[in-house]
Amino acid sequence: MSYIPHTDSDRAAMLAEIGVETVADLFLDVPKIVRYPELKLPPPLSEMEILAELRSMSEENADLDHHACFLGAGAYNHFVPSVVGHITGRSEFYTAYTPYQPEISQGTLQAIFEYQSMVCALTGMDVANASHYDGATSLAEAAIMSVNVSRGKRRKIIVSPSVHPEYRATLRTYTPGPDLTISNLQYPISNIQLDADTACLIIQNPDFFGQLLSADSENGLNGLADAVHQAGALLVVVVDPISLGLFTPPGEYGADIVVGEGQPLGNPLNFGGPYLGLFACREKYMRKMPGRLVGETVDTEGRRGFVLTLATREQHIRRERATSNICTNQALCALAAGAYLAAMGKSGLRQVAELCYHKAHYAATQIAAIPGFDLVGDKPFFKEFVVRCPRPPSEINQALLERGIIGGYDLGRDYPHLEDAMLLCVTEMNTKNEIDHLVEVLEEVAL
Amino acid sequence: MKVDKNCRYTETHEWVRVEGDLATGGISDYAQSQLSDVTYVELPVVGDVFDQGEVFATAESAKTAADCYMPIGGEITEVNEGLAASPGLVNEDPFGEGWFVQFTPSELAELDDLMTPEEYQEYVAQEEGGH
Repeated sequence: MSYIPHTDSDRAAMLAEIGVETVADLFLDVPKIVRYPELKLPPPLSEMEILAELRSMSEENADLDHHACFLGAGAYNHFVPSVVGHITGRSEFYTAYTPYQPEISQGTLQAIFEYQSMVCALTGMDVANASHYDGATSLAEAAIMSVNVSRGKRRKIIVSPSVHPEYRATLRTYTPGPDLTISNLQYPISNIQLDADTACLIIQNPDFFGQLLSADSENGLNGLADAVHQAGALLVVVVDPISLGLFTPPGEYGADIVVGEGQPLGNPLNFGGPYLGLFACREKYMRKMPGRLVGETVDTEGRRGFVLTLATREQHIRRERATSNICTNQALCALAAGAYLAAMGKSGLRQVAELCYHKAHYAATQIAAIPGFDLVGDKPFFKEFVVRCPRPPSEINQALLERGIIGGYDLGRDYPHLEDAMLLCVTEMNTKNEIDHLVEVLEEVAL
Repeated sequence: MKVDKNCRYTETHEWVRVEGDLATGGISDYAQSQLSDVTYVELPVVGDVFDQGEVFATAESAKTAADCYMPIGGEITEVNEGLAASPGLVNEDPFGEGWFVQFTPSELAELDDLMTPEEYQEYVAQEEGGH
Protein backbone atom coordinates (compact mmCIF):
# COMPACT_ATOMS: atom_id res chain seq x y z
CA MET A 1 0.00 0.00 0.00
CA SER A 2 1.31 3.41 -0.95
CA TYR A 3 1.33 6.15 1.65
CA ILE A 4 1.52 8.90 -0.97
CA PRO A 5 -1.95 10.38 -0.70
CA HIS A 6 -2.15 12.38 -3.95
CA THR A 7 -2.44 10.99 -7.44
CA ASP A 8 -1.27 12.90 -10.53
CA SER A 9 -4.88 13.77 -11.32
CA ASP A 10 -5.38 15.03 -7.72
CA ARG A 11 -2.39 17.30 -8.21
CA ALA A 12 -3.59 18.53 -11.58
CA ALA A 13 -7.01 19.30 -10.10
CA MET A 14 -5.49 21.22 -7.19
CA LEU A 15 -3.19 23.24 -9.45
CA ALA A 16 -6.10 24.04 -11.75
CA GLU A 17 -8.19 25.12 -8.76
CA ILE A 18 -5.67 27.75 -7.66
CA GLY A 19 -4.82 28.73 -11.23
CA VAL A 20 -1.21 27.68 -11.73
CA GLU A 21 0.18 25.28 -14.28
CA THR A 22 2.94 23.40 -12.53
CA VAL A 23 4.18 22.73 -9.03
CA ALA A 24 7.29 24.73 -9.90
CA ASP A 25 5.07 27.82 -10.33
CA LEU A 26 4.33 27.65 -6.61
CA PHE A 27 7.95 28.56 -5.89
CA LEU A 28 8.16 31.60 -8.16
CA ASP A 29 8.15 33.94 -5.17
CA VAL A 30 11.43 32.47 -3.96
CA PRO A 31 14.31 34.47 -5.51
CA LYS A 32 15.71 32.60 -8.47
CA ILE A 33 19.24 32.58 -7.12
CA VAL A 34 18.25 30.51 -4.11
CA ARG A 35 15.41 28.57 -5.71
CA TYR A 36 17.35 25.58 -6.94
CA PRO A 37 20.85 26.19 -5.58
CA GLU A 38 23.61 23.96 -6.74
CA LEU A 39 24.74 21.97 -3.71
CA LYS A 40 28.50 21.81 -3.84
CA LEU A 41 28.73 18.50 -2.05
CA PRO A 42 31.99 16.60 -1.86
CA PRO A 43 32.18 13.21 -3.55
CA PRO A 44 30.58 10.30 -1.71
CA LEU A 45 32.52 8.52 1.04
CA SER A 46 32.40 5.04 2.47
CA GLU A 47 30.70 4.49 5.84
CA MET A 48 34.12 4.09 7.47
CA GLU A 49 35.35 7.40 6.06
CA ILE A 50 32.16 9.20 7.05
CA LEU A 51 32.41 7.93 10.61
CA ALA A 52 35.97 9.19 10.84
CA GLU A 53 34.99 12.59 9.47
CA LEU A 54 31.96 12.97 11.73
CA ARG A 55 34.02 11.90 14.73
CA SER A 56 36.64 14.53 14.03
CA MET A 57 33.89 17.15 13.67
CA SER A 58 32.24 16.12 16.93
CA GLU A 59 35.56 16.26 18.74
CA GLU A 60 35.65 19.99 18.10
CA ASN A 61 32.78 20.35 20.59
CA ALA A 62 33.76 21.44 24.09
CA ASP A 63 32.14 18.47 25.74
CA LEU A 64 31.82 17.71 29.42
CA ASP A 65 34.06 14.64 29.28
CA HIS A 66 36.99 16.94 28.62
CA HIS A 67 35.99 20.19 30.29
CA ALA A 68 35.08 21.36 33.75
CA CYS A 69 31.69 23.06 33.53
CA PHE A 70 30.55 26.00 35.65
CA LEU A 71 27.70 26.98 33.36
CA GLY A 72 24.11 26.52 34.52
CA ALA A 73 21.41 29.13 33.95
CA GLY A 74 18.62 26.63 33.44
CA ALA A 75 20.50 23.59 32.08
CA TYR A 76 22.45 21.65 34.66
CA ASN A 77 25.24 19.13 34.66
CA HIS A 78 24.20 16.56 37.27
CA PHE A 79 25.23 12.96 37.62
CA VAL A 80 22.99 10.47 35.84
CA PRO A 81 23.22 7.00 37.41
CA SER A 82 23.66 4.35 34.73
CA VAL A 83 20.44 2.61 35.79
CA VAL A 84 18.52 5.51 34.21
CA GLY A 85 19.86 4.71 30.75
CA HIS A 86 19.17 1.02 31.23
CA ILE A 87 15.51 1.75 32.01
CA THR A 88 14.91 4.33 29.29
CA GLY A 89 16.80 2.23 26.75
CA ARG A 90 14.43 -0.72 27.08
CA SER A 91 12.71 -1.03 23.73
CA GLU A 92 9.24 -1.22 25.33
CA PHE A 93 9.81 2.35 26.52
CA TYR A 94 12.35 3.70 24.08
CA THR A 95 10.53 3.13 20.83
CA ALA A 96 7.04 3.98 22.00
CA TYR A 97 5.12 7.17 21.49
CA THR A 98 2.41 7.83 24.10
CA PRO A 99 -0.17 5.51 22.58
CA TYR A 100 -3.51 6.75 21.26
CA GLN A 101 -5.19 3.87 23.10
CA PRO A 102 -3.07 4.42 26.18
CA GLU A 103 -4.57 1.73 28.40
CA ILE A 104 -3.04 -0.93 26.19
CA SER A 105 0.38 0.18 27.46
CA GLN A 106 0.11 -0.38 31.18
CA GLY A 107 3.87 -0.10 31.67
CA THR A 108 4.01 3.34 30.07
CA LEU A 109 1.05 4.51 32.13
CA GLN A 110 2.52 3.12 35.36
CA ALA A 111 5.82 4.90 34.67
CA ILE A 112 3.98 8.18 34.08
CA PHE A 113 1.87 7.64 37.20
CA GLU A 114 4.96 7.10 39.32
CA TYR A 115 6.65 10.13 37.78
CA GLN A 116 3.56 12.25 38.59
CA SER A 117 3.48 10.94 42.16
CA MET A 118 7.14 11.81 42.70
CA VAL A 119 6.68 15.31 41.24
CA CYS A 120 3.83 15.83 43.72
CA ALA A 121 6.01 14.65 46.60
CA LEU A 122 8.84 16.96 45.52
CA THR A 123 6.73 20.07 45.02
CA GLY A 124 4.20 19.58 47.80
CA MET A 125 1.33 19.76 45.31
CA ASP A 126 -1.74 17.49 45.01
CA VAL A 127 -1.60 16.63 41.32
CA ALA A 128 1.06 16.68 38.62
CA ASN A 129 0.51 16.16 34.92
CA ALA A 130 2.39 13.77 32.66
CA SER A 131 4.80 16.65 31.74
CA HIS A 132 5.26 19.38 29.16
CA TYR A 133 8.00 20.12 26.64
CA ASP A 134 10.29 22.05 28.95
CA GLY A 135 10.33 24.40 31.94
CA ALA A 136 9.57 27.44 29.79
CA THR A 137 6.45 25.91 28.20
CA SER A 138 5.28 24.76 31.61
CA LEU A 139 5.54 28.32 32.86
CA ALA A 140 3.60 29.75 29.92
CA GLU A 141 0.92 27.06 30.35
CA ALA A 142 0.69 27.90 34.07
CA ALA A 143 0.02 31.55 33.21
CA ILE A 144 -2.69 30.61 30.69
CA MET A 145 -4.19 28.18 33.22
CA SER A 146 -4.35 30.96 35.83
CA VAL A 147 -6.35 33.07 33.40
CA ASN A 148 -8.67 30.11 32.83
CA VAL A 149 -9.11 29.54 36.56
CA SER A 150 -10.54 33.07 36.64
CA ARG A 151 -12.69 31.96 33.70
CA GLY A 152 -10.96 34.51 31.51
CA LYS A 153 -11.95 37.45 33.70
CA ARG A 154 -8.45 38.22 34.98
CA ARG A 155 -6.04 39.18 32.21
CA LYS A 156 -2.86 40.36 33.92
CA ILE A 157 0.18 38.25 34.69
CA ILE A 158 2.78 39.63 37.10
CA VAL A 159 6.26 38.19 36.61
CA SER A 160 9.33 38.64 38.74
CA PRO A 161 12.30 39.95 36.71
CA SER A 162 14.40 37.24 38.35
CA VAL A 163 12.47 34.50 36.53
CA HIS A 164 14.66 32.92 33.81
CA PRO A 165 14.83 35.44 30.89
CA GLU A 166 14.13 32.72 28.31
CA TYR A 167 11.06 31.57 30.25
CA ARG A 168 9.78 35.14 30.24
CA ALA A 169 10.47 35.34 26.50
CA THR A 170 8.46 32.14 25.96
CA LEU A 171 5.64 33.59 28.06
CA ARG A 172 5.67 36.69 25.84
CA THR A 173 5.10 34.54 22.76
CA TYR A 174 1.94 33.10 24.38
CA THR A 175 0.32 36.31 25.60
CA PRO A 176 -0.42 38.53 22.55
CA GLY A 177 -2.91 36.07 20.99
CA PRO A 178 -5.28 35.89 23.95
CA ASP A 179 -4.50 39.59 24.63
CA LEU A 180 -3.03 39.20 28.10
CA THR A 181 -0.89 41.78 29.86
CA ILE A 182 2.47 41.08 31.48
CA SER A 183 3.63 43.27 34.34
CA ASN A 184 7.04 43.18 36.02
CA LEU A 185 6.90 42.46 39.74
CA GLN A 186 7.92 45.45 41.85
CA TYR A 187 8.85 45.07 45.50
CA PRO A 188 7.18 45.68 47.82
CA ILE A 189 4.13 44.45 46.00
CA SER A 190 1.23 46.92 46.21
CA ASN A 191 -2.52 46.65 45.91
CA ILE A 192 -2.20 48.74 42.81
CA GLN A 193 -0.09 46.15 41.06
CA LEU A 194 -1.87 43.13 42.55
CA ASP A 195 -5.39 44.10 41.55
CA ALA A 196 -8.67 42.43 40.60
CA ASP A 197 -7.38 41.91 37.05
CA THR A 198 -4.36 39.86 38.18
CA ALA A 199 -4.56 36.19 37.24
CA CYS A 200 -1.27 35.14 38.78
CA LEU A 201 2.07 36.16 40.14
CA ILE A 202 5.08 34.20 38.94
CA ILE A 203 8.28 33.87 40.94
CA GLN A 204 11.27 31.59 40.64
CA ASN A 205 12.90 29.97 43.69
CA PRO A 206 15.86 29.66 43.72
CA ASP A 207 15.66 32.57 41.30
CA PHE A 208 17.61 32.92 38.04
CA PHE A 209 20.55 34.30 40.05
CA GLY A 210 20.56 31.22 42.27
CA GLN A 211 19.22 33.06 45.31
CA LEU A 212 16.73 31.49 47.69
CA LEU A 213 13.70 33.54 48.62
CA SER A 214 13.04 33.30 52.32
CA ALA A 215 9.66 32.40 53.75
CA ASP A 216 9.24 34.91 56.55
CA SER A 217 11.21 38.09 55.93
CA GLU A 218 9.79 41.33 54.60
CA ASN A 219 8.80 40.61 50.97
CA GLY A 220 9.06 36.96 52.05
CA LEU A 221 7.20 34.13 50.41
CA ASN A 222 4.51 33.70 53.08
CA GLY A 223 3.56 37.36 52.91
CA LEU A 224 3.66 37.31 49.14
CA ALA A 225 1.42 34.23 48.96
CA ASP A 226 -1.08 35.83 51.35
CA ALA A 227 -1.19 39.05 49.32
CA VAL A 228 -1.66 37.09 46.08
CA HIS A 229 -4.50 35.01 47.53
CA GLN A 230 -6.20 38.02 49.09
CA ALA A 231 -6.28 39.57 45.64
CA GLY A 232 -7.92 36.39 44.33
CA ALA A 233 -4.92 35.50 42.16
CA LEU A 234 -2.74 32.39 41.99
CA LEU A 235 0.89 32.03 43.02
CA VAL A 236 3.00 30.25 40.39
CA VAL A 237 6.48 29.12 41.46
CA VAL A 238 9.27 28.01 39.12
CA VAL A 239 11.61 25.55 40.82
CA ASP A 240 14.87 23.70 40.34
CA PRO A 241 13.77 20.18 41.33
CA ILE A 242 17.20 19.32 42.76
CA SER A 243 16.88 22.19 45.25
CA LEU A 244 13.74 20.53 46.62
CA GLY A 245 15.90 17.74 48.03
CA LEU A 246 17.04 20.27 50.61
CA PHE A 247 14.64 23.20 50.76
CA THR A 248 10.95 23.78 51.52
CA PRO A 249 8.61 22.64 48.76
CA PRO A 250 6.47 25.46 47.30
CA GLY A 251 3.31 23.70 48.46
CA GLU A 252 4.28 24.67 51.99
CA TYR A 253 4.54 28.39 51.27
CA GLY A 254 1.30 28.83 49.40
CA ALA A 255 2.04 28.02 45.77
CA ASP A 256 -0.99 27.12 43.64
CA ILE A 257 0.93 25.94 40.58
CA VAL A 258 4.53 24.71 40.56
CA VAL A 259 6.48 24.38 37.33
CA GLY A 260 10.11 23.80 36.53
CA GLU A 261 12.72 22.32 34.27
CA GLY A 262 12.95 18.59 34.87
CA GLN A 263 16.24 18.11 32.96
CA PRO A 264 18.36 18.04 36.14
CA LEU A 265 16.52 14.83 37.08
CA GLY A 266 18.32 12.12 35.17
CA ASN A 267 18.42 13.85 31.79
CA PRO A 268 21.79 14.83 30.29
CA LEU A 269 22.38 18.30 28.84
CA ASN A 270 21.56 17.02 25.33
CA PHE A 271 22.77 20.17 23.53
CA GLY A 272 19.81 22.05 25.03
CA GLY A 273 17.00 19.57 24.49
CA PRO A 274 14.79 17.59 24.58
CA TYR A 275 14.03 18.69 28.11
CA LEU A 276 11.17 18.12 30.49
CA GLY A 277 8.47 20.48 31.75
CA LEU A 278 7.37 19.78 35.31
CA PHE A 279 3.83 20.89 36.10
CA ALA A 280 1.89 20.41 39.34
CA CYS A 281 -1.01 22.17 41.02
CA ARG A 282 -3.54 22.03 43.82
CA GLU A 283 -6.42 19.63 43.44
CA LYS A 284 -9.07 22.33 43.22
CA TYR A 285 -7.54 23.58 39.97
CA MET A 286 -7.06 20.10 38.51
CA ARG A 287 -9.75 20.41 35.88
CA LYS A 288 -8.10 23.51 34.44
CA MET A 289 -4.72 21.81 34.28
CA PRO A 290 -3.29 21.47 30.76
CA GLY A 291 -1.83 18.23 29.49
CA ARG A 292 -2.85 14.83 30.68
CA LEU A 293 -3.03 12.98 33.94
CA VAL A 294 -2.59 9.26 34.50
CA GLY A 295 -4.54 7.73 37.37
CA GLU A 296 -4.53 4.46 39.27
CA THR A 297 -7.62 2.28 39.31
CA VAL A 298 -8.71 -1.37 39.48
CA ASP A 299 -9.97 -3.52 36.63
CA THR A 300 -13.15 -5.63 36.64
CA GLU A 301 -11.31 -8.31 38.61
CA GLY A 302 -9.99 -5.91 41.22
CA ARG A 303 -6.42 -5.83 39.93
CA ARG A 304 -4.42 -2.61 40.00
CA GLY A 305 -4.29 -0.82 36.68
CA PHE A 306 -3.63 2.60 35.18
CA VAL A 307 -5.74 4.82 32.96
CA LEU A 308 -5.49 8.18 31.25
CA THR A 309 -7.80 9.79 33.79
CA LEU A 310 -7.92 13.39 32.68
CA ALA A 311 -7.11 15.30 29.54
CA THR A 312 -9.71 18.01 29.88
CA ARG A 313 -7.90 20.85 28.15
CA GLU A 314 -6.57 19.07 25.11
CA GLN A 315 -7.57 19.68 21.55
CA HIS A 316 -8.80 16.17 20.79
CA ILE A 317 -11.35 16.59 23.60
CA ARG A 318 -12.01 20.32 23.44
CA ARG A 319 -11.54 21.06 19.77
CA GLU A 320 -11.56 24.82 19.15
CA ARG A 321 -12.30 25.48 22.81
CA ALA A 322 -9.13 23.82 24.04
CA THR A 323 -7.25 26.09 26.41
CA SER A 324 -3.89 24.49 25.77
CA ASN A 325 -2.26 23.24 22.62
CA ILE A 326 -0.25 20.68 24.55
CA CYS A 327 -1.55 17.31 23.36
CA THR A 328 1.23 15.04 24.43
CA ASN A 329 4.03 14.84 26.95
CA GLN A 330 7.76 14.24 27.20
CA ALA A 331 7.29 10.59 28.04
CA LEU A 332 10.89 9.44 27.66
CA CYS A 333 12.39 12.38 29.56
CA ALA A 334 9.71 11.97 32.24
CA LEU A 335 10.62 8.29 32.44
CA ALA A 336 14.27 9.26 32.95
CA ALA A 337 13.25 11.67 35.71
CA GLY A 338 11.13 8.97 37.35
CA ALA A 339 13.94 6.42 37.15
CA TYR A 340 16.40 8.99 38.53
CA LEU A 341 14.20 9.92 41.49
CA ALA A 342 13.50 6.27 42.26
CA ALA A 343 17.21 5.45 42.12
CA MET A 344 18.27 8.40 44.27
CA GLY A 345 15.49 8.17 46.81
CA LYS A 346 14.81 10.90 49.36
CA SER A 347 18.21 10.70 51.01
CA GLY A 348 20.08 10.46 47.70
CA LEU A 349 18.40 13.57 46.33
CA ARG A 350 19.11 15.39 49.58
CA GLN A 351 22.75 14.37 49.30
CA VAL A 352 22.99 15.70 45.75
CA ALA A 353 21.46 18.99 46.85
CA GLU A 354 23.82 19.23 49.83
CA LEU A 355 26.87 18.57 47.65
CA CYS A 356 25.75 21.28 45.22
CA TYR A 357 25.15 23.70 48.07
CA HIS A 358 28.47 23.14 49.83
CA LYS A 359 30.60 23.04 46.70
CA ALA A 360 28.93 26.19 45.36
CA HIS A 361 29.57 27.97 48.65
CA TYR A 362 33.18 26.83 48.71
CA ALA A 363 33.65 28.14 45.16
CA ALA A 364 31.89 31.43 45.94
CA THR A 365 34.05 32.07 49.00
CA GLN A 366 37.24 31.36 47.07
CA ILE A 367 36.26 33.54 44.13
CA ALA A 368 35.11 36.42 46.34
CA ALA A 369 38.59 36.45 47.89
CA ILE A 370 40.24 37.17 44.51
CA PRO A 371 40.94 40.90 44.14
CA GLY A 372 38.61 42.36 41.51
CA PHE A 373 35.86 39.74 41.94
CA ASP A 374 32.81 40.38 44.13
CA LEU A 375 29.76 38.35 44.97
CA VAL A 376 26.50 40.07 44.06
CA GLY A 377 23.42 39.67 46.24
CA ASP A 378 23.02 39.17 49.96
CA LYS A 379 20.50 36.33 50.07
CA PRO A 380 21.34 32.67 50.68
CA PHE A 381 21.92 30.78 47.46
CA PHE A 382 21.74 27.19 46.28
CA LYS A 383 24.12 26.10 43.51
CA GLU A 384 24.44 29.29 41.46
CA PHE A 385 25.76 32.74 42.34
CA VAL A 386 26.54 36.02 40.62
CA VAL A 387 30.06 37.38 40.45
CA ARG A 388 31.11 40.86 39.35
CA CYS A 389 34.23 40.59 37.24
CA PRO A 390 37.19 42.94 36.70
CA ARG A 391 37.04 42.28 32.94
CA PRO A 392 34.15 41.65 30.52
CA PRO A 393 32.73 38.16 31.19
CA SER A 394 33.12 37.21 27.51
CA GLU A 395 36.89 37.75 27.75
CA ILE A 396 37.11 35.81 30.99
CA ASN A 397 35.11 32.94 29.50
CA GLN A 398 37.42 32.84 26.50
CA ALA A 399 40.45 32.61 28.79
CA LEU A 400 38.74 29.87 30.82
CA LEU A 401 37.86 27.88 27.72
CA GLU A 402 41.48 27.94 26.62
CA ARG A 403 42.29 26.29 29.95
CA GLY A 404 39.62 23.60 29.62
CA ILE A 405 36.94 25.31 31.68
CA ILE A 406 33.44 26.24 30.55
CA GLY A 407 32.78 29.48 32.40
CA GLY A 408 29.65 31.20 33.66
CA TYR A 409 26.62 32.75 32.00
CA ASP A 410 27.21 36.31 30.77
CA LEU A 411 24.40 38.21 32.52
CA GLY A 412 24.84 41.32 30.38
CA ARG A 413 22.93 39.45 27.68
CA ASP A 414 19.70 39.89 29.64
CA TYR A 415 20.37 42.42 32.39
CA PRO A 416 22.11 45.65 31.28
CA HIS A 417 22.95 46.59 34.88
CA LEU A 418 24.88 43.32 35.21
CA GLU A 419 27.01 43.63 32.10
CA ASP A 420 30.18 43.04 34.12
CA ALA A 421 28.72 40.03 35.94
CA MET A 422 28.49 36.31 35.32
CA LEU A 423 26.34 33.58 36.81
CA LEU A 424 28.40 30.61 37.95
CA CYS A 425 27.01 27.18 38.70
CA VAL A 426 28.58 24.44 40.80
CA THR A 427 27.07 20.97 41.05
CA GLU A 428 28.08 17.66 42.61
CA MET A 429 29.91 16.96 39.33
CA ASN A 430 32.54 19.64 40.02
CA THR A 431 35.47 18.26 41.99
CA LYS A 432 37.43 20.35 44.49
CA ASN A 433 40.36 20.23 42.05
CA GLU A 434 38.18 21.69 39.32
CA ILE A 435 37.01 24.48 41.60
CA ASP A 436 40.58 25.26 42.70
CA HIS A 437 41.69 25.28 39.07
CA LEU A 438 38.88 27.69 38.22
CA VAL A 439 39.99 29.99 41.04
CA GLU A 440 43.61 29.86 39.85
CA VAL A 441 42.70 30.81 36.30
CA LEU A 442 40.41 33.60 37.51
CA GLU A 443 43.30 34.97 39.61
CA GLU A 444 45.45 35.02 36.48
CA VAL A 445 42.86 36.73 34.29
CA ALA A 446 42.17 39.34 36.98
CA LEU A 447 45.68 40.68 36.73
CA MET B 1 -36.26 9.14 24.55
CA LYS B 2 -37.93 11.26 27.22
CA VAL B 3 -39.22 14.74 26.56
CA ASP B 4 -40.44 16.90 29.43
CA LYS B 5 -43.78 18.44 28.49
CA ASN B 6 -43.16 21.54 30.61
CA CYS B 7 -39.93 22.57 28.88
CA ARG B 8 -38.92 24.42 25.77
CA TYR B 9 -35.96 23.20 23.71
CA THR B 10 -33.05 24.53 21.69
CA GLU B 11 -31.62 23.07 18.50
CA THR B 12 -28.46 22.41 20.52
CA HIS B 13 -30.46 20.19 22.94
CA GLU B 14 -30.76 22.39 26.03
CA TRP B 15 -34.06 22.69 27.86
CA VAL B 16 -35.56 25.53 29.87
CA ARG B 17 -38.52 25.48 32.23
CA VAL B 18 -39.99 28.76 33.47
CA GLU B 19 -41.86 28.75 36.78
CA GLY B 20 -42.88 32.15 38.10
CA ASP B 21 -39.94 34.56 37.95
CA LEU B 22 -37.34 31.83 37.72
CA ALA B 23 -36.14 29.59 34.94
CA THR B 24 -34.29 26.29 35.22
CA GLY B 25 -32.07 24.89 32.49
CA GLY B 26 -30.19 21.75 31.61
CA ILE B 27 -29.56 19.36 28.75
CA SER B 28 -32.11 17.02 27.24
CA ASP B 29 -32.44 13.27 27.59
CA TYR B 30 -31.34 12.97 23.96
CA ALA B 31 -28.24 15.10 24.67
CA GLN B 32 -27.20 12.99 27.65
CA SER B 33 -27.67 9.79 25.64
CA GLN B 34 -25.41 11.18 22.90
CA LEU B 35 -22.72 12.18 25.40
CA SER B 36 -22.82 8.82 27.22
CA ASP B 37 -21.50 8.85 30.81
CA VAL B 38 -21.14 12.45 31.94
CA THR B 39 -17.98 12.79 34.04
CA TYR B 40 -18.00 16.48 34.84
CA VAL B 41 -20.09 19.58 34.31
CA GLU B 42 -18.36 22.93 34.34
CA LEU B 43 -20.97 25.36 35.64
CA PRO B 44 -21.05 29.16 35.76
CA VAL B 45 -21.10 31.05 39.07
CA VAL B 46 -24.05 32.81 40.65
CA GLY B 47 -24.33 36.34 39.31
CA ASP B 48 -23.04 35.57 35.82
CA VAL B 49 -25.20 37.06 33.09
CA PHE B 50 -25.58 35.36 29.72
CA ASP B 51 -27.34 36.28 26.51
CA GLN B 52 -29.45 33.76 24.69
CA GLY B 53 -27.15 31.41 22.79
CA GLU B 54 -24.03 32.14 24.86
CA VAL B 55 -22.02 29.23 26.27
CA PHE B 56 -22.91 28.93 29.97
CA ALA B 57 -21.65 25.43 30.82
CA THR B 58 -19.61 22.55 29.46
CA ALA B 59 -20.62 18.93 29.87
CA GLU B 60 -17.74 16.48 29.71
CA SER B 61 -18.06 12.80 29.07
CA ALA B 62 -15.53 10.09 28.47
CA LYS B 63 -15.90 10.86 24.76
CA THR B 64 -16.00 14.61 24.47
CA ALA B 65 -16.60 17.98 26.06
CA ALA B 66 -19.77 19.65 24.83
CA ASP B 67 -20.57 23.31 25.24
CA CYS B 68 -24.05 24.15 26.48
CA TYR B 69 -25.78 27.26 25.17
CA MET B 70 -28.11 29.46 27.19
CA PRO B 71 -31.67 28.75 25.95
CA ILE B 72 -32.86 32.23 26.93
CA GLY B 73 -30.82 35.08 28.41
CA GLY B 74 -30.67 35.72 32.13
CA GLU B 75 -28.73 36.08 35.36
CA ILE B 76 -27.66 32.94 37.21
CA THR B 77 -29.20 32.64 40.69
CA GLU B 78 -28.22 29.09 41.55
CA VAL B 79 -26.15 26.25 40.10
CA ASN B 80 -26.58 22.55 40.76
CA GLU B 81 -23.77 21.92 43.26
CA GLY B 82 -24.78 18.25 43.40
CA LEU B 83 -23.32 17.65 39.95
CA ALA B 84 -19.76 18.08 41.27
CA ALA B 85 -20.02 14.89 43.31
CA SER B 86 -22.56 13.10 41.10
CA PRO B 87 -22.26 14.13 37.46
CA GLY B 88 -24.14 10.91 36.59
CA LEU B 89 -27.35 12.66 37.65
CA VAL B 90 -27.31 14.25 34.21
CA ASN B 91 -27.62 10.78 32.69
CA GLU B 92 -30.11 9.42 35.22
CA ASP B 93 -32.48 12.35 35.51
CA PRO B 94 -31.70 15.06 32.94
CA PHE B 95 -34.93 17.01 33.49
CA GLY B 96 -34.93 16.66 37.30
CA GLU B 97 -31.94 16.08 39.58
CA GLY B 98 -29.61 16.64 36.66
CA TRP B 99 -30.55 20.30 36.14
CA PHE B 100 -27.66 22.73 35.52
CA VAL B 101 -28.68 26.26 36.46
CA GLN B 102 -31.44 28.41 37.81
CA PHE B 103 -31.68 31.96 36.52
CA THR B 104 -33.77 35.08 36.23
CA PRO B 105 -34.77 35.43 32.59
CA SER B 106 -34.04 38.83 31.10
CA GLU B 107 -36.53 38.57 28.23
CA LEU B 108 -39.27 35.96 28.41
CA ALA B 109 -40.21 36.65 24.80
CA GLU B 110 -37.06 34.75 23.82
CA LEU B 111 -38.98 31.57 24.69
CA ASP B 112 -40.78 32.03 21.37
CA ASP B 113 -37.51 31.22 19.58
CA LEU B 114 -37.47 27.76 21.15
CA MET B 115 -39.15 24.52 20.20
CA THR B 116 -42.19 23.06 21.94
CA PRO B 117 -41.87 19.49 23.26
CA GLU B 118 -43.69 18.21 20.17
CA GLU B 119 -41.49 20.20 17.79
CA TYR B 120 -38.37 19.03 19.61
CA GLN B 121 -39.44 15.39 19.41
CA GLU B 122 -39.91 15.81 15.68
CA TYR B 123 -36.54 17.63 15.39
CA VAL B 124 -34.66 14.83 17.16
CA ALA B 125 -36.38 12.21 15.03
CA GLN B 126 -35.18 14.07 11.92
CA GLU B 127 -31.64 14.42 13.28
CA GLU B 128 -31.57 10.71 14.00
CA GLY B 129 -32.89 9.95 10.53
CA GLY B 130 -30.21 12.13 8.99
CA HIS B 131 -27.44 9.97 10.38
